[in-house]
Amino acid sequence: MAGAAVSGRLTWRVAELAEARQQTHNARSLVFDVPGWPGHLPGQHVDVRLTAEDGYSVQRSYSIASTVDGNRVELSVQRVPGGEVSPYLCDVLEMGDAVELRGPVGGYFVWRPADPAPVLLVGGGSGIAPLMAMVRTRAALGSRVPFRLVYSVRTPEDVYFADELRRRVRDDAGLDVRLVYTRRAPAEATEPVGRVSVATLNTHGWLAEFAPNCFVCGSTGFVETVADILVALGHDPRRVRTERFGPSAPQRTQPDR
Amino acid sequence: MSNDYVDGNALAGDLQEIFAMDMTAATGRCAGCGYRGAVATLRVYQRAPGLVARCPSCEKVVLRVVRGPDRAWLDLRGTLNLEIPLPS
Ligand SMILES: Cc1cc2nc3c(=O)[nH]c(=O)nc-3n(C[C@H](O)[C@H](O)[C@H](O)COP(=O)(O)OP(=O)(O)OC[C@H]3O[C@@H](n4cnc5c(N)ncnc54)[C@H](O)[C@@H]3O)c2cc1C
Ligand SMILES: [Zn+2]
Repeated sequence: MAGAAVSGRLTWRVAELAEARQQTHNARSLVFDVPGWPGHLPGQHVDVRLTAEDGYSVQRSYSIASTVDGNRVELSVQRVPGGEVSPYLCDVLEMGDAVELRGPVGGYFVWRPADPAPVLLVGGGSGIAPLMAMVRTRAALGSRVPFRLVYSVRTPEDVYFADELRRRVRDDAGLDVRLVYTRRAPAEATEPVGRVSVATLNTHGWLAEFAPNCFVCGSTGFVETVADILVALGHDPRRVRTERFGPSAPQRTQPDR
Repeated sequence: MSNDYVDGNALAGDLQEIFAMDMTAATGRCAGCGYRGAVATLRVYQRAPGLVARCPSCEKVVLRVVRGPDRAWLDLRGTLNLEIPLPS
């Protein structure tokens, strides 16, 4: 069927793994080649479907981490121990292997580059994925909308897109990145280890009077905490958009991801 | 409260399959308490049979989608109305 981009009808497409990169010890970036990909907005996600030989199938959502680049779609997946889908994507899927994918979907957790309001991105762990799509799209379009990213990770080894973020802080004018370490900070860190707090968002976010667009993404507990803080700081709840990925891994005692 | 839910964003694929357009940016009103907000702001429980979306304010079920191999069931009894932005 021609014109997939204009028709809203959603179909499953075959997506082939074209590139893969280990992001951290328990996360992998997967770049799929998706023939006929209609393009997407930063913040949107796809549904991925795996089907076993006996016909049993499972489906999960993954945020798109890339900006529009032809048929290429990048996802970054955290391995959830014992999970049905993420360990397969992280450990088993090889170059040239295919999965089914449909999307892009979602019209709410989306940054629209035409909106001049400043942007605050707050991500925990794998929750960086859709925020990365926003950061990359901003750069690709040469947008001057001021962006601040607050990124919470357990340790310096848990930073996704670490090299790229370092480079972008240097090269992308108007982009600020603040890393918050919840378990162990690098030696040069200026702030003690801890979770994203009122003080963090007060210092590294925008004043509510600036009416920024806030995008918060990560585990359900993380998003809950951050969204509550932003609303308490006076941000309009309608400008605090959230993307909850689900529960934190069971072995964790606090919602820091 | 359990942390076993995600945002209404997670309904995007299943609803777009039915409505052929994005429904997560639509604004719904809860029949239980009158809460008005984007479908994306609902709390979605994925572990129930199908997807169950609850009101973030009163926790009542406002929408439920169950997908079979060749059909979908959509239960909207907890929704008073849906305001759907249409591309002009
Ligand atoms: C809109 C949306 C976008 C998402 N984008 C991403 C993304 O970009 N990258 C990404 O890695 N994930 C993302 N997720 C989460 C993803 O969809 C899956 O839930 C996750 O990969 C776990 O799936 P699984 O099949 O491996 O585990 P399951 O078999 O579903 O679960 C196994 C066990 O782990 C627990 N669990 C479920 N989800 C998580 C979680 N996120 N963290 C820790 N424990 C969990 C479950 O309660 C269960 O006990 C997104 C979710 C949504 C709703
Ligand atoms: Zn309600």
